[in-house]
Amino acid sequence: MTPDQATTANPAIDRVAPHRSRMKNMFREILKAPITAKFGILVILIYGFVAIFAPALTPYGETEIVGPEFDVWGDTFILGTDGLGRDMLTRLLFGARNTVGIAFLTTVLAFLIGGLTGLFAAIYSGWFDQIASRIVDVLMAIPQLIFALMLLTIFGTSIPTLIIVIATLDATRVFRVTRAVSLNVVVLDYFEAARLRGEHIFWLCIREILPNITAPLLAEFGLRFCFVFLMIAALSFLGLGVQPPTADWGSMVRENAVLITYGDITPILPAIAIAILTLGVNFLVDWFLHKSSGLKDGH
Amino acid sequence: MTDRLLEIRNLQIDGESDEVWHEIIKDIDLNIDRGEVLGLIGESGAGKSTLGLAAMNFARPGCRIRGGSIRFDNKELTEESETALRKLRGVRIAYVAQSAAASFNPAHQLIDQFSEIPVVHGVKKRQDAEADAKDLYRRVLLPDPDGIGYRYPHQVSGGQLQRAMTAMALSCRPDLIIFDEPTTALDVTTQIEVLATIRDIVREFNTAAIYISHDLAVVAQMADRIMVLRYGELVEEASTRKMMSEPQMDYTKSLWAVRSFKKETETAASESGPLVKVNNVTAGYEKEDVLKNVTFEIHRGQTVAVVGESGSGKSTAARVITGLLPPRLGDIEFNGKPLPKDYRSRNKDQLRHAQMIYQMADTALNPRQRIRSIIGRPLGFYLGLSGQKKEDRIRDLLSLIELEPDVYIDRYPDELSGGQKQRVSIARALAAEPEFIICDEVTSALDQLVAEGILRLLDNLQREFNLAYMFITHDLATVRAIADNIVVMLQGEIVEQGPKQKVFSPPHHKYTELLLSSVPEMNPDWLDDLIAHRKRHGAMTSTSTS
Repeated sequence: MTPDQATTANPAIDRVAPHRSRMKNMFREILKAPITAKFGILVILIYGFVAIFAPALTPYGETEIVGPEFDVWGDTFILGTDGLGRDMLTRLLFGARNTVGIAFLTTVLAFLIGGLTGLFAAIYSGWFDQIASRIVDVLMAIPQLIFALMLLTIFGTSIPTLIIVIATLDATRVFRVTRAVSLNVVVLDYFEAARLRGEHIFWLCIREILPNITAPLLAEFGLRFCFVFLMIAALSFLGLGVQPPTADWGSMVRENAVLITYGDITPILPAIAIAILTLGVNFLVDWFLHKSSGLKDGH
Repeated sequence: MTDRLLEIRNLQIDGESDEVWHEIIKDIDLNIDRGEVLGLIGESGAGKSTLGLAAMNFARPGCRIRGGSIRFDNKELTEESETALRKLRGVRIAYVAQSAAASFNPAHQLIDQFSEIPVVHGVKKRQDAEADAKDLYRRVLLPDPDGIGYRYPHQVSGGQLQRAMTAMALSCRPDLIIFDEPTTALDVTTQIEVLATIRDIVREFNTAAIYISHDLAVVAQMADRIMVLRYGELVEEASTRKMMSEPQMDYTKSLWAVRSFKKETETAASESGPLVKVNNVTAGYEKEDVLKNVTFEIHRGQTVAVVGESGSGKSTAARVITGLLPPRLGDIEFNGKPLPKDYRSRNKDQLRHAQMIYQMADTALNPRQRIRSIIGRPLGFYLGLSGQKKEDRIRDLLSLIELEPDVYIDRYPDELSGGQKQRVSIARALAAEPEFIICDEVTSALDQLVAEGILRLLDNLQREFNLAYMFITHDLATVRAIADNIVVMLQGEIVEQGPKQKVFSPPHHKYTELLLSSVPEMNPDWLDDLIAHRKRHGAMTSTSTS
């Protein structure tokens, strides 16, 4: 090769990464995932399945009284019945639907509120950022559970109020995270280029920032979901969350708590259901965070 | 053979990407005698740093040494235990990294970090180490050698940090120091001082060194012998003088010839008046003025190079023109009409006509968008193209920047090399059909061959579309190649400006003179001559240090 050729054939000198489709990549990633992450995915899939198909999985109704009170585990009632004679397994399955469903809705709402304000705060900085951040500071200064208890006592304990109150309180955390990760994108050249192009705020949010912060946001979504879920269970246990007769894991623990004094483990079952889901989601989130941090195994 | 310090035989190193191991160093032999300085040259990805680190039998995460032997002072390092190696590293073999700023721990004082190595290895006591630090700081010509060690890394300049790092590498009086691009991140004027320091210190302590750089002219000053690497293979090896005067291989010759590119015709100022006029602009952040009363013009089809070291206000000038930083005083005229100061008050057409190309192509392209949408967006946004018309235009633009449309149109930026990304940035700017493009250090992050390709492309495009460029750079070789007019800036003020011929020929302004003489030349005696010359004329150091 003459020197002349060498200089004109520039792009060939540059090394090029191979082109691959993203879908294939994702599938491969999941196959390569550690066993804990696979466990997490499996748990979430099972819970999702149960929540959607709860009525089809059991012959009894959610609030139907079908047998004697506190019946023992047996053939007709696999996990026995509760204090009113409702089938425990049925209540557990419907509990997945209610608790998980409410927690999911709440988290989505929290992300809509917190995520959007966080994005705007990062883009506009200045006064909007100041006001939003200070409001969030104030909200975060009050212990969350106590604040939630207070607000629920004021506004009543219907499911919509429950969702709105917890979503608002949790949106503060989402705001913080979204604002922080968006600020990292806002200072990059491609964002500046889009801004100089004169792009509208929604394009900036949706096309320039969001695709680049999905990994940390998804991880945060998983974590938030767990916290919301535990919060709802805790509130229900305290009697201010999901109201009877709706099946809910938190209140189920409370309703059946007496049994524990007789050495029956039934009241723990809803607690275990909560624990497993929390664990599964956390495993998945851990894997996600590990991936998005760019760390390689062993280093 | 008695004074052979390091002997590497048939070294093979693998690197991993996406679970696949591939060779990055292929069967390389390397010898260094005591007190000898070996230069390693090559483009990024040639395996220079990997080879340099292998001298300590160290492989970066994601790399592994697969075969070969590394003998240091008659000890086979590949067979040594990790503990034995740890005793060797930092004590007998030291490493100076490219970015001193990133290599120092920002939370500790310089002298603490200096003392750490000798104390940990039990070579010296803490007090002795500190005394030694001050002595070495003096020898590397740091200002206030007794006090500077008690500063934190952010309190000293980049050039000083790099010298402190060199002093640190010497703390245990190693037999071998590996310098990995120690001056690449520095301004030319600072670079000279660091180069001179490194060379003197290496000679004084009779330390052997491996000097890794992509800049030939720099290596020519430092090394006794040069090895040229490409794709992990040795291309050529010879003594510095021989290599400079009669390179054998074609690849080496092409490296040597890289700086030969020169714009064919020079465009004079047009009669129709300037396209962009910067009028007495004063601008800055908070209370400080970064730009002070700056005035210059850019005419159609012309390239105006804005030169200066970091902190001189070059990039701030670009931010003022684009409207990202509204000036405190003065204004910007475009085509004879004043532009709104803030980009948010400019209309689409005003925005369209001034485009920008950034230094780091990695961050200038959204990693989550395909090339199609990156280039397509300005087409749709400004020109209202859509469907087949837009698709055709994207393909035209890709051909224009010499990338095969069918291959690249559906790729993501991380599937492109550095040079290709920069080409896509150029295409994105062109898509808006601008009259004026600001190029902010567009070639400084690229290898020389690739950078030259970009310059040629920019030059072709300029002639084809009669574009005006504002070319911000600290690299005078680039300026020589492409500029019509030159604006020299220092600390926010314009020191000198005018046509290239005038600025580059004497009499110079004092600062221009300093800048011009600081650009390394291919002549191996250049540094010696320069230092001798500056000593005679008593103008040793630049304004940035001491």
